[in-house]
Parts: sequence; C-alpha cells; structure tokens
Amino acid sequence: MSAQRLQSGGRIDRQQRIEFNWDGRSLRGYAGDSLASALLASNETVLGRSFKYHRPRGIMSAGVEESGAMVTIGRGARRDPNVKATMQELYQGLHASGQNAWPNVRYDVGAVNSLFGRFFAAGFYYKTFMGLPPFEWGSKGTGLWMKYEKIIRKAAGMGAASREPDPDVYDHAHGFCDVLVVGSGPAGLQAALTAAKAGMEVWLVEQDCLLGGDLLNLADEKTEKKRLELIAELEQAGVRMMTRTTAFGLYDNGIAGLLERVTDHLAAAPAHLPRQRFWTLRARHTIVASGAMERGMAFGNNDRPGIMNVAAGRTYLNRYAVRAGQQVVVATNNDSAYDSAADLAAAGAKVCLLDARTRIGSNMLDIAGAANISLHTGSVPLNARGLPAVNGIDVAAAAGDGWAFESRLNCDLLLVSGGWSPVVHLMSHRGVKPVWDAEQACFIAPPIEEPIHVAGSAAGIWNTDACFDSGKSVGARVVKALGGKARARAMPEVGGWANPIRPVYEVRVDGRKTKAIVDPQHDVTADDVRLAHREGFVSVEHLKRYTTLGMATDGGKVGNIIGLALMAEAIGTEIPNVGTTTFRPPYTPVAIGALKGRNVDEHFRPLRRTPMHDWNLQQGATMTMAGLWHRPWYFARSGETINEAYVRETETTRATVGLCDVTSLGKIAIQGPDATELLNRVYTNPFAKLPIGKARYGIMLRDDGMVMDDGTTWRLSETDYFMTTTTAHAAKVMVWLEELLQTRWQDLRVHVTSVSEQWAGSAVAGPKAREVLSACVEDADVMSSDNFPFMGVIETTLKGGIPCRIARISFSGELAYEAYVPSDYAPAMMDLLWPEAQKHDGCLYGLEALGAMRIEKGHVTGAELDGRVSIDDAGLGKMANPDKLFIGKAMRNRPELLREDRPRLVGIKPVDTGQTFNAGSILCASNKVSGLGEGWITAVTHSPAMGHWIGIGFIAGGHQAWEGKTLVAADPVRKGNINVEIISPHMYDPSGEKMYG
Amino acid sequence: MIIINCPFCGPRDHSEFGYGGDASIDYPALDAPMDEWHDAIFLRENICGMQAETWHHVNGCRMWLIVERDTMTHEIKSVRPAHGGNAAVLENVAEGGES
Repeated sequence: MSAQRLQSGGRIDRQQRIEFNWDGRSLRGYAGDSLASALLASNETVLGRSFKYHRPRGIMSAGVEESGAMVTIGRGARRDPNVKATMQELYQGLHASGQNAWPNVRYDVGAVNSLFGRFFAAGFYYKTFMGLPPFEWGSKGTGLWMKYEKIIRKAAGMGAASREPDPDVYDHAHGFCDVLVVGSGPAGLQAALTAAKAGMEVWLVEQDCLLGGDLLNLADEKTEKKRLELIAELEQAGVRMMTRTTAFGLYDNGIAGLLERVTDHLAAAPAHLPRQRFWTLRARHTIVASGAMERGMAFGNNDRPGIMNVAAGRTYLNRYAVRAGQQVVVATNNDSAYDSAADLAAAGAKVCLLDARTRIGSNMLDIAGAANISLHTGSVPLNARGLPAVNGIDVAAAAGDGWAFESRLNCDLLLVSGGWSPVVHLMSHRGVKPVWDAEQACFIAPPIEEPIHVAGSAAGIWNTDACFDSGKSVGARVVKALGGKARARAMPEVGGWANPIRPVYEVRVDGRKTKAIVDPQHDVTADDVRLAHREGFVSVEHLKRYTTLGMATDGGKVGNIIGLALMAEAIGTEIPNVGTTTFRPPYTPVAIGALKGRNVDEHFRPLRRTPMHDWNLQQGATMTMAGLWHRPWYFARSGETINEAYVRETETTRATVGLCDVTSLGKIAIQGPDATELLNRVYTNPFAKLPIGKARYGIMLRDDGMVMDDGTTWRLSETDYFMTTTTAHAAKVMVWLEELLQTRWQDLRVHVTSVSEQWAGSAVAGPKAREVLSACVEDADVMSSDNFPFMGVIETTLKGGIPCRIARISFSGELAYEAYVPSDYAPAMMDLLWPEAQKHDGCLYGLEALGAMRIEKGHVTGAELDGRVSIDDAGLGKMANPDKLFIGKAMRNRPELLREDRPRLVGIKPVDTGQTFNAGSILCASNKVSGLGEGWITAVTHSPAMGHWIGIGFIAGGHQAWEGKTLVAADPVRKGNINVEIISPHMYDPSGEKMYG
Repeated sequence: MIIINCPFCGPRDHSEFGYGGDASIDYPALDAPMDEWHDAIFLRENICGMQAETWHHVNGCRMWLIVERDTMTHEIKSVRPAHGGNAAVLENVAEGGES
C-alpha cells in the first residue's frame, strides 16, 4: 500500500501539525485527522493482529464497524483497549499501541498460529480439551479443561485493560425533549430542521465529531454549502446539537441511552469536565437516521491490510485528504461504488473497477468512462495476494452459476462493496424484527406502534437527495403527531439505484483452499459456518454461539449478513428463512465508568449520620457502617484495642452505667382513632389494652408467617403511638404499614408518619441509669421506681427545657432507658447525660458492646431475623397470642413451620473456653463435618459476664436436642473447626432481675 | 424504563416507585383458614398482557397506586390511588368540586 497525503482538500488543518506516538514511534498528523487516517497517511499498514490466527490486519473501514485497526489508547491507569482507530480523534501527544501481538504487530510470533489454521476451526478448543479421556492425563476431562481454559483465555484476548482504578470522573445526566434525532446525515439534518421549525424541542445526536454524516465524505462544494446552511438553520431554530454522542440504545417509553464523549479527544482535559457523560433522554418521538453500513464479500484472504470498504476509501480521500493507494481495484456488486472510484481516479489513482454484474446501464458506464476507469463487468475478487499487505488479486469471472479463475491484477489497495446494510440496531432494541428486502439485498425495519420513525439510508433509501426528502417527510409526520403544523410530504421509495444490486456474499472456486473471513474480529471463516452446518447447527442463534460469529466488539455489524447468507446456502434456503440475530444494546461499547457515573466510593450509596454524630466523634468514637448509618463502633481510650474497648464498655455498663446513640432505630408515629386496632392486627401479641404511658415489645409477621421485625411501641395518648423498629427494617416496616392502610384496611382511620429523622435517642443502661436520668430531668420525681416502672413511658422535660420522651426498656438486660429528644437537641441531651454518667464512672458504648450485651441476653436482631425465621424458630412463640387475630396467624401454623427439628435460636459456647470462633460458621454434628450441617452461627462476642466467647445461632431442634453434646463449628476458609456446646440463648441474667430491678 | 403518571405528583420515572404486586388479589380475612391464605400468597397468575398491579411512590408522595400495565409492552393504561377515599377526592377535584 502506498498511501499519500494530498496537498489540498479534505477537512484537515494543515497549519496544525499533531505529533503522536504509535507503538513507540513518533508520527505526525494534522488537526482533523482520525488516528486511522493519520496512520494511513504515515503508511502504517499492519495495525493489529487477529484474535485467533494472528493474521496481520490493517484499516478496514472508516467507522464504528472497524474490525482491523483496533488499538490500545493511553497508558497506565488510563489504558483503554480495543479502541477503533477510525473513531479516535487525533490529539497532541496521543499514545496508541498495537495489541494481541508480541513483540509487536508487524513481527508477531503468534502468527505461527496461522500455519496451523486448519486445526483451529470453530469449536476446536472445546472439542480438544473438554473431552479428553481420563486415563491419558490422569484426571477428569472437565478438570483438565479448567486448567487449560486459563491458558487459552490468556492467549486469546485482544487488548488488556488497565488493572488500576479508573482515575477519571463520569457524569450521569437526564434530558427531555419532543423529538430526538439520531444521526446527522442528510435525513437527520432535514428531519431535525423540519421538527424544530414547527416549534418542537429537538435534540440531534451524532457519534462523529462533525455534523453531516455521509455529506462529510462528498467532495463537491454544493453539498458542503448545503450542509453548512442546514447547520446554521438548526442553530437558529434552537436545536440542541450534540456531537461525539452515541445513542447506544433505545428503551421503553421513548427513553434513549446516550453516551457523550466529553474529553476523549483532548490532549489535556480540563479538571472540571467529566471524561464521559451518560444521558438518559426521554423523547416523545424518536427519529432514527442512523445511516447504512457497507458490507464486504467473503473471498480468499479478504482481511489483508490494504483491503477496505469502498466508502472508507472515499472517506479517507475526501475527508482526510489521504489517497489510500496508487493502484486501486474497486470491486462492487452495486452502483454506489462508481462515484467513489471516480473520485479516486480524479485524485490521480489508477483505478480498475470490477463489477459482479454483467449488464450495467449507460449512466454507470458514463461515470467510469469519464473518469478513465478500466471497467471489468462480470468480475469479482477471488483471492488477495501479498503478505503482510495486499499486492495483487486473483480475479474470477462468472461461469455458469458460479465463478472461475480468470486473471491476476496488481494493486496496492482493494476496495470492496458487497452492498449496504441499513443500521437497524436501534429498532432491533425495541424488539422489531427486521424484514429482508430481496430487491435491495438488505434487512429493513418495519414500522412499529411506538413513536419511533426511520429516515434516510437507515430505511434503505440510497440516494442523498432522497435522504433529504425522507428527512422532511418523517419530520413532518412527527410534527403532526405532536399536534404541530407541517406540510405532509411523500416518503421516497426504498432503494434508488439505477441498476439492481447483484447479491454476492462469497466468491469461491472449488479446489482452492484459502481463508475467507466472515467475522474478522473473531476470525470466523466461511468454512467455519459450513462446518457448523455439517455438525448440525442450523438455527442462526446456535450458529452464532458455536462459531462466535457476531459476538465480537462490533456486535455483528461486519459479518452477520454474510454469515446468514452462507448458512442459508448450506441449508438450501433463502436468507429470511434463516432469520436474523437480534441486535442488543449497546450499539457501540460503553465504558463501565460511564455506567457507574459518580456512584463510587463514598458516593456509592447515601450516608446517614445521627444528630449526635459530631458529639460522638468529639468523645473519640470510632465509627462503623450499620446499613446506611454511621454509628459509633467503640470509644477506645488511649492504647486500647477494639476488643479491650468493647469489653471495658460492656463491663462498665453492667457495673455502673453506659450511654449509647440509638438514633438509627426506625421510629414511626402512629396516630388516629384506629391506631390501636392497627397495632393489634400487625403485632402477634395484644395491643388493645396497652395503657397510656406504657410501652410493649412486639413482633410482627409477614403474610406467610415469617418474622418481619420486632421493636417496642409506646402509647402516648388514646390515639397516639410511637413505634420503634430495628435499624435494618425501618424502611420496610413503614412501607408495609402504608400498604396495609392504603390497600387492605382502607376503613382504618390511622396516619403513619416516619419520624426517624425527627427524634434522636440515647440508651441509658446499667444499675446507675436511674440516678443519671434523675439528675438530668427537671422534675426528678418522675424517675422514681413507683412512678416509672419497667416498660413505663413518660413525656417530660430535661434540664434547660428540652422536651423529652423516655421509656424504661432494655436491650442490654440491665436497668435501662431509652431517651428521645427532638433531633436538634441531641448534643444538648448528651451534654447533660454524659457528665452525670461520668460521676458514676460510667462510659459511652458503641455497637460492639451493644452487640455483646444483646448476645449475652439472646436478643435477636437483623442478623437473626433474616426472613427465613418463624416466630417459633426465634424462640418467641409465646408472643403469638392464640386468642387474637394478627397478620401471619394462619400461615405460621403451616406444618413445615411447626416441625420440631426446624433450626431454633440457641446459644453457643466453645468447649475449650480459651478458644474463639466466628459468626458464619456452620454447626455440624461431630461425626459428620460436611454438607450443610445442622445449623449456623449468626453472631459471636467475648462475654465479659461469662469470661469466654459466646455466640448465638440456629440449630435443628434447638438447644434441648443438643444438650450435653459436642458439636463442631466448622469454618474451613478462616479458622478451621472448633468444638462447641449448645446452650440456652438466654445466657445472662435469664430471670431478668437486673432489668426489672 | 417505565414512566408512571402518579395522580398526585405527575409523570415520574419508575425508579421513584417500589413495586408491590398483583392488585387483583383479595387478601383473606385474618381469621380465614390456612388454605385461603396459602392460595392468596402463593398461587399467583403469571399474566402475559394487561395486569393490575400495586406500586408505591416510595420516593415521592408515598401513596400506593393501582397501575394497569401490559407486562409484555410496559404500556400503562391507567393509574389511580389504591385508597378509594383518595380516588374519590381526586375525582371530585377533577370535576371542579370542592376537595
């Protein structure tokens, strides 16, 4: 190939030279170049190596379908593999390198694979490595595959992604418009203008950096003038024009996914800009003007560098001012190649045109004649010669039904047009099955009921003027549908070539053995398709999976039609009978970073802080996550480890008093004349006679009888309750109550309001708890044991006039209270409580000590109430009152749930009390440490009260079934196996004397 | 992606809503026998086509809605408040009456 940059013309800026690095060498291009055009102008021929056979590959196209010039852009953390050089804009200092080759793409050791090509047919790896007989290798065949797979996968991949975290920022954005126009070719420009002039809000998106689509590749001044005028009009009409933006998918309700590449074309990206922006656009109507793609033909060595599609040859010539070859053969089966051939001839190339058709109208002959092109009708390329790049071709001529070798031609560039395929991908995303148009030899999307319309060559309309007209027609149709005014215009007819296309998918002569590539990215050959058929794969979906045809990064843009045609021929039927594979989003690859947007690290999910967050930090809290909440984990004194800290906090709380932030508990105000009735129905235990000024612990079940949540509910007045839920289930319980009141029990006059954010709470626990609170309330009398018994509730005032509600309830098993104040008063309450607690040598305690105390008491929490646990499993069966109705009452009595050997809540202790064990361990009978075991451990802690480690969990039959037996807590991937005993879950103060005292 | 026209808030993306379930189920009385509950909870139609279902505008007005949605096409035929009282109020407002 002897490509040459022309002295004039094109859309490059010859004043702006751009230096870039290709595979370690410094090269030059111009502003306006793509990486591909700059490499082409520098006569870089071999730009990649193929996936399987390591065949040399060069530029094959000028667009998104590129399957040869796939390169890696950038270095270090910004290394981006499998970038199509045709779509990468050139910038100063751009760093690009070849991939899938060693030491480089020009001299690749892996090319030895191509010598053994006949062994590497479709299914080779699976056939060879999966079924090997065990005697030969000493292990099972599939086991061997597991080993070999790693090596094979390593040898196979294309470019390698960076292993470092992505340093770039990505944005998510949402947009709304009346009309989305995808593609800015003649149809798209005209459609957008028609809609905008009628007053519609229009977005026009274009994946290229310039607007115009195929207009950018035409050399005549008249076309360029029209393009610029249209763009100016669009600007004036207020159309939002987004270049470098790909509509990668169409979804329900007129939603389009757009990927805007904001800085990928810049040498130095400004810090305030994201690399890419992921748009969710909601359009009332969508016009798909996504154009058409030229396809090739399958013939011998049709993937050699120096072979590309005809439109690409014209694009490089007219847009980038690069004449890709000097001695050019243009092979076609349709009219579209003639203008391109003429442009190349006018630019000084020696052009020979092979047309598969034997009869051509005078208009085409005139073009060829005027351009001094040597025309061979009834001729097609049979085989490309030369290595690594093409230096000539074998030509075949029509012979009967098939082809026969005729002659050789020398050339340094072969341009091929096997017809055009409308880009129906976006319609396919909507579940549309494209229909085969035999006359035009392409699939066309039929109309659909959704407000999505196709215009231009995406609808199979080939001529530029007709595309303009189709834009007007579709634009007017959309305006009318939106209630605007526009003059209706007829839609141009499909097609438009003067001479009909002659379908040619493969050129083959019996007896010649050369590789004819169907899908270049995955090295799928025409023979592979036939092999698949011989082995019984007749469905196109199976063909795809067996050969991997169409499963590369181009998603079948290049190879699908030829693959279908070959399968149809093998079966002896027509293309429509074989079907078409469904194109799925994304149209072109989307970076994972763009999908995640800004939802990373601390922004991955919202963070909730309690109103005493800062206060806790000032006291030296180490925080931990509890769901979305940040909660104090422990308050280490200097030199203390976490274990020392929580053990001290537990001991201090049990000995004197401890304070703990419990704000994260869910809190729901339940108000109204029927509030009591609601509570009585959702809780298993009776609430009908709960006196004002008392709290009650309650358990609620789901419809299916499993435990949903537990918590205490306080009665503040006849019609006013304050419900607390577990931290984990707060949102779920709120949704559940709303559902019941708004759907099933519409007659109940109750309001439920989440007040979790409005009230901040502290537990005051330990023998000195009463003294501490008495010193903090304005009227100490309210705290006396008589006035404030166990499960009592008071509404009172803390010193300084802080409104406060307190209940005497205990999670720790000690004399304990929970005190709640309006959230803004939270630090003020702690400033009152903490000095009083310190007077009794009290402490602040965190989640770890809270957990230790509740495990000692055998109190359940989110870790136990995981949705699989019945009220009996949790050991709380007595809480289900047989004399009243409640949700889940019928279903909790399902025979399966009443089985005696269901896993029941138990306590666990190590046989050797010096040993520790882990939550998550499986409890196994000592003679059967395997399988799912007999139960599991949900939580463990060191128990200061007992002086050793304890845990709670579930085991079949409960603790009575295992009394006196030794079990194994199996934890094979962490600590190994520990011998344990099963005990009652109520390990500390089982009679509750301390709590009631 | 579905857009649900909340009668209280207007058209909103489905990500603001939580899916409830089949709205045609009549939940048995609390004292109904186990097999009635069993059928209501576990024996569900897998409808292909228009289905009445409940949605909760959980990140919005927190109203439970009954949405008629085509499970094949996501076409939404109607949206109304699940609570009959709310539905009546809205109708009254729509007719220009006093709310």
